[in-house]
Amino acid sequence: MKHTRILLALLVTGLGNFEFGISADDEFSKSVAALRNVGSEGEGNLAASQAMEYLSNSGKEAIPTLLSAMDGANPFAANYLRGAVEVIFNKTLEEGGSLPLIELGEFLLNKSHDTKPRAMAFDLIRRTDAGVANRLIPGLLGDPSVDLRREAISRLLIQASDLVKENKKQAAVLIYRQALDAARDLDQIQTISSELRELGRNVNLTQHFGFLTNWNLVGPFHNKDRAGFDEVFGPEKNFALDTEYKGIDENVTWKQYATDDEYGMVDFNEPYGALKEVTGYARTTFISASDRPAELRLGCKNAWKIWLNGKLVFGRDEYHRGMRIDQYKLPVQLNKGPNIILIKACQNEQKEEWTVQWQFQLRVCDATGTAIHSISKTGSKVAVK
Amino acid sequence: MKKHLLIIWLVVLAGRVLAGDWTGFRGPFGNGVSDEVGLPVKLDIEKHIAWKVELPGKGLSSPLVMGNRVFVTASGGTRQDRLQILCLSSIDGSVIWHRQFWAMGSTMCHSKTSIAAPTPVTDGASLFAIFSSNDLFCLDLDGKLKWLRGLTVDYPNARNSLGMASSLVLSSGVIVAQVENDSESFVAGLDKRSGRNLWKINRPKSANWTTATVHKSKSGKEQVLLQSGKGIHAIEPDSGNVVWHYSDGASTIPSSALKGNILYVPSQGLTALKISEDGKSFTQKWRSGRLRPGTASPLAYRNHIYSLNNAGVLACADIDSGKRLWQLRLDGPFGGSPIVAGNHLYVFSEEGVAQVVDLTAPEGDISGKMDLGEMIQCSPAVANGALYVRSNSRIWKIARKTRL
Repeated sequence: MKHTRILLALLVTGLGNFEFGISADDEFSKSVAALRNVGSEGEGNLAASQAMEYLSNSGKEAIPTLLSAMDGANPFAANYLRGAVEVIFNKTLEEGGSLPLIELGEFLLNKSHDTKPRAMAFDLIRRTDAGVANRLIPGLLGDPSVDLRREAISRLLIQASDLVKENKKQAAVLIYRQALDAARDLDQIQTISSELRELGRNVNLTQHFGFLTNWNLVGPFHNKDRAGFDEVFGPEKNFALDTEYKGIDENVTWKQYATDDEYGMVDFNEPYGALKEVTGYARTTFISASDRPAELRLGCKNAWKIWLNGKLVFGRDEYHRGMRIDQYKLPVQLNKGPNIILIKACQNEQKEEWTVQWQFQLRVCDATGTAIHSISKTGSKVAVK
Repeated sequence: MKKHLLIIWLVVLAGRVLAGDWTGFRGPFGNGVSDEVGLPVKLDIEKHIAWKVELPGKGLSSPLVMGNRVFVTASGGTRQDRLQILCLSSIDGSVIWHRQFWAMGSTMCHSKTSIAAPTPVTDGASLFAIFSSNDLFCLDLDGKLKWLRGLTVDYPNARNSLGMASSLVLSSGVIVAQVENDSESFVAGLDKRSGRNLWKINRPKSANWTTATVHKSKSGKEQVLLQSGKGIHAIEPDSGNVVWHYSDGASTIPSSALKGNILYVPSQGLTALKISEDGKSFTQKWRSGRLRPGTASPLAYRNHIYSLNNAGVLACADIDSGKRLWQLRLDGPFGGSPIVAGNHLYVFSEEGVAQVVDLTAPEGDISGKMDLGEMIQCSPAVANGALYVRSNSRIWKIARKTRL
C-alpha cells in the first residue's frame, strides 16, 4: 500500500517531472514513471529497460501498485508493466511465497480500473487459487472487460445446456437470453443464438450487434489501376443526397439501399452488378442521443475510407486479404443529434472467384462492443444492451 | 587458478552464440543447414520422442535453441491477442519461464496461420521476438523484458488481414524487421539495444511473407538480401541503402537460400544469383523453371539444390547448373521448410508426418517416417543432436534415445 500512495502522488504531480531522491520508494516511482513515459517509435525504451531491471526485483506487494499504474497507460507502457508483474509473480511462486490475493481481488472488483489490468488480476488470482477465481466468475457477467464477462457467459452456457438436457427448456431459454444480453464475442453470440433458435426463439443479431442497415449508395466511379482510392470524387466534396455526380459513363445519383443481411452486409454488387476497377460510396445518418465517445467498427475486404461528419477517420488500401466483423475499430466522438457517416469502397482488378465481393459492414458501439443504436424517428431507443 | 580461469571462460561464454545453436529462422545462417550429427534417420515414435510438451497457444514459428534452452512463441486468447514467449529446458521440456504480453497490433489472420508465425532471433544475449501483429519484444535470456515496439501502433496501416510472417534477422548488430504489406509497407533497421529506428525504408506495397537472408562478403561486410515481388534488394544493414537490385521478380512465400556467394531465389522457378566478391553487384548464374518451390523454401547443401513443390515432390538439382537430377514424391503438403543435417533432409508435412530423406542414395530415399498426428507448419530447429518441432498445441524433441 505504501507503493500505492507514492504512485498516486506521482500521478497527481504529473508522472515524475521533478527531481527524485534516492529512497527505494522514490526509485520505484521513478521506474514506474519511466515505463509510463515510453512513447511511439521506441522513445523512452532505454530508460524503460533500466526501470524494468529495478521493478523486476520488487516484492509481491508491488503487484497491485503496478497493476494500478496500467490505468490510462498507453499500450507500450501497459505491456512493460505487465512484464514487470509477470516476473515478480513468477518469482514469488518459485520461492514458495503467497500472493496478495485479497489486494488482487479488490483490484479486480474495482471497476474504476482499466479493463486489461483487471483481467490480468483475475488471471493471477486463478493461477494462485483457482477456487477463489471460480467463485468470482458469476459476478463478472456485465463486466466492462470483455475477457472477464466471457468467463461468466461460458458458465451460463454450461448451465443452460444442462437445463436443456434435463428438458427444462423454459429455464434454458431465459439463461441463454441472459447470456446473449451480456455476450460481446462473436463465437459466444453465435453459439447462443443457435441454441435459442433451436429452442424455437427469435434472435435479432442485427439489433444485438447494432449493424447499420439503411444507407444511400452512389457509384460507380473509376478505380483504374487502383487510383480511385486516392482520387477525390464528388461525394467526398459534397455528400448531400440531392447531388448529382459524374460517374464512369454517366451522371450518377444517390440510391436508397437497405440490407436485410443479419450481419448488416452492404453489397455494392446488388445495385451495380459485379463490376471491377470501380469505386462506390455509402452514406447514412446516425442520430446520437448525446455527445459521446464511440467506436465505428468496420469489416471490409476492399480498399476503404470512412468519414464522420465530413472528417476523414481512417482509410486503408488493402484488397481481398480477408474480412471479419469488427475488423477495424475506429474511435470517434459522436455529436448529439445527426452524424453523417460516409464510406468509400474500392473494388480492384482481380478476377479470381474470391475477389468478387465489393461490400462492407459497419456498426457503432462502445469500447466493450456494446451496440449503440441510432435514435429512431420515434426516439424510443438510444442504447440497447 | 584453474577455477578462476573457468569462471572467466564461463563469463566470456555467457551471451555468445555457440556452434550448434539454432538462433533464427532456418538456423544461424538462415539456410536450413546444420552440422549436427547423430540425428535419428529411421524414425520411430516409440523410440525417438525425447519429450513433448503442451504449448499455451497456437503458432508456426520455429523454436530456437541456445545451449540447453529452447525458446518458442505462441499466441492464445479468444482473439489471439495474448502473445506468449516460452523458454523450455532442452533436457526435459520443463518450462523455465513463460511471458505473456498483450497484442498491440492487429490479430486478424487466415485460420491456417497464427499470430505467432514469424520466428524469433537471438544474438546469444537477448531474444528478439516479433508477432504477426507487428509487436516486437526484446527479452534477456532469463525472460526479463528489455524493450518493446508496437510497429502497427506507430504505423497504423502496417498490417495484413491474412497475417504477417516475415521473421527477424540480425545483421551487424541491427535488427531488420520486414513489415511488407499492401498498404504501409516498410523495412526498418532497429537498434538492438533500444529498439529505436536506425532507419526505415519504404517497400513495395504488396503482401510479403518471406524472410531476408544475410550475406557476408570476404571482407566481412554484411548485407541484407530482401526478397519481394519486385525481386531482391541488397541493402546495407546500418543504413538501409540499396546496394544492388535484382528486378526480375520473386516469390512472396518461400524465401531464398544462400550458399557462399550464390543466392538461390524463388524467381521464375529458381534463379541462382552470384554475388560479386565485394558484394556490390551480382550476375545471374542459372535459372530453372523446373525447380519452382511451393511454400517451402529451397535448400542448398553441398553440391545440390533441393526444392519442394506444392505437390510434395522434392527435386534435386546440380548446384552449379540447375540441372534437375532426380525427383522424389513425399507425403505433403508442406507449410514449413526442410532442414538438412548429416546428409539427411528432414521435413514435416502439414499432416504432421516427419520424413527423412537420405541424400546419399542415388535418387534420394525416404529412410524414416513418423506421424506426429497434428498439423505442423513450422520449419524444425536442430541442436544438441536433436530436432525440435512444434504444432499449434505442442512442441516435440526428437532424438536418438542414447542422447537423452
